[in-house]
Amino acid sequence: MPEAHTVSSYDDELRFLVRRLSEMGGIAERMVADAVAALVNADTASAQRVISEDLLLDAGEREIYDKAVLVIAKRQPMASDLREIIGSIRIASDLERVGDLGKNIAKRVIAVHTMAQPRKLVRGLEHLAELALTQLKEVLDAFATRSPHLANSIRERDEEIDAIYTSLFRELLTYMMEDPRNITACTHLLFCAKNIERIGDHATNIAETVYYVATGEQLSADRPKDDDTASMVAPEPGAD
Amino acid sequence: MTEAATEIAVDTAIKESAIKMRGSDVSVFYGEKQALFGVNLDVRKNSVTALIGPSGCGKSTFLRCLNRMNDTIDICRVTGEITLEGENIYDPKIDVVELRARVGMVFQKPNPFPKSIYENVAYGPRIHGLTKSKAELDEIVESSLRKAAIWEEVKDRLHEPGTGLSGGQQQRLCIARAIAVSPEVILMDEPCSALDPIATAKVEELIDELRTNFTIVIVTHSMQQAARVSQRTAMFHLGKLVEEGDTDKMFTNPDTKLTQDYITGRFG
Repeated sequence: MPEAHTVSSYDDELRFLVRRLSEMGGIAERMVADAVAALVNADTASAQRVISEDLLLDAGEREIYDKAVLVIAKRQPMASDLREIIGSIRIASDLERVGDLGKNIAKRVIAVHTMAQPRKLVRGLEHLAELALTQLKEVLDAFATRSPHLANSIRERDEEIDAIYTSLFRELLTYMMEDPRNITACTHLLFCAKNIERIGDHATNIAETVYYVATGEQLSADRPKDDDTASMVAPEPGAD
Repeated sequence: MTEAATEIAVDTAIKESAIKMRGSDVSVFYGEKQALFGVNLDVRKNSVTALIGPSGCGKSTFLRCLNRMNDTIDICRVTGEITLEGENIYDPKIDVVELRARVGMVFQKPNPFPKSIYENVAYGPRIHGLTKSKAELDEIVESSLRKAAIWEEVKDRLHEPGTGLSGGQQQRLCIARAIAVSPEVILMDEPCSALDPIATAKVEELIDELRTNFTIVIVTHSMQQAARVSQRTAMFHLGKLVEEGDTDKMFTNPDTKLTQDYITGRFG
């Protein structure tokens, strides 16, 4: 944060938003990591814990909204302060959504593990989650340090997540075709993969917000995308 | 490099025709003390230019140069050039009274003459000989009061003293008085600082309407007001022009740290 305001309580209010956001970021990261770990280890107790933690993020988002509105009403913020407050509101929304997606993964743990599980696919998911979590962690660092450079590089890397998601999608389709008994688990895993891919998108959103907060400029609208799953169809059986 | 140069040239070409007043290398001295240092600032036609900055930064001094209000201070000396429609207003041939009819002024505290509402507005056109008949004068008074958005409130008591109006009404009466002599530019020195929020809102609404017919330069200590009413903003500090540009940009993403610190309340 730049140097102090003449009114020191204004600084306290802005600091509160930043602190609360970094708490939310920590919770969101942990929820996603725990949800994926629960999926890999078939740990339903841990999955339950993740589900209950989502309340913390909902409360955090509401609190940031309330405080941000109050600061705007009281201080009529300008320039970098205004961008920071608007940015906080947006980032809080993204983090709350990340929490929802983590919770959704946790909910699927039980369904996935009632079936004979395709172990390898869960591993693929783990790798996807690692990438998304790295993005999330780094984007929170970028926010903490107001680094537009870091924010921009994170945004560029989302392509990688998209590419892995696309290949996972293809793999899951193949498994389902091989053995219809895989369909339930694979469908759930497909949703889990989609959730993780979405978490990457939220990290990208946050990166864009951080860039705007730091520079006052918007990143260009087009960014690299490598998610082809919207148009993907399963190969016809026996086509080879 | 060439591309950038062309861009600047085009930008200047657009500006030339849109410039109402131009200050070039304007310095002001009060005796030994220099209050303004080589200010270059353009005032665009039919737009509101806000001058902002902390107390003593020179913004009011610059404003007062624009209609030679500083002439009234004996020890004040102005160097550089200020033009109105390309004509140097400090040229010895310029008639200062006529200049001030073309560049009117509204002050911080409403200061109606101790006369009737009607006479407050009629005074200027009468001494400048702008009308030939009573009917014509009546018309100017009414249209000025209408433009100043106060006609409906005073039409039934035009012959009551102007000083009997509320602060906000008095200020709009002063604006009507300034408009009555058909100026080209209206200078406003903190026109709302003595008004309540409702009266302030009315004056701000009025400023926006006046922009269609006049060019306005306003000095204000309220950053929010500058952001609301102006299209261009100029930031002064210690007698120097720090930054000037589109208001929308100045208040969301200013170029200089000084402006940033001032408008966000981090000054000194």
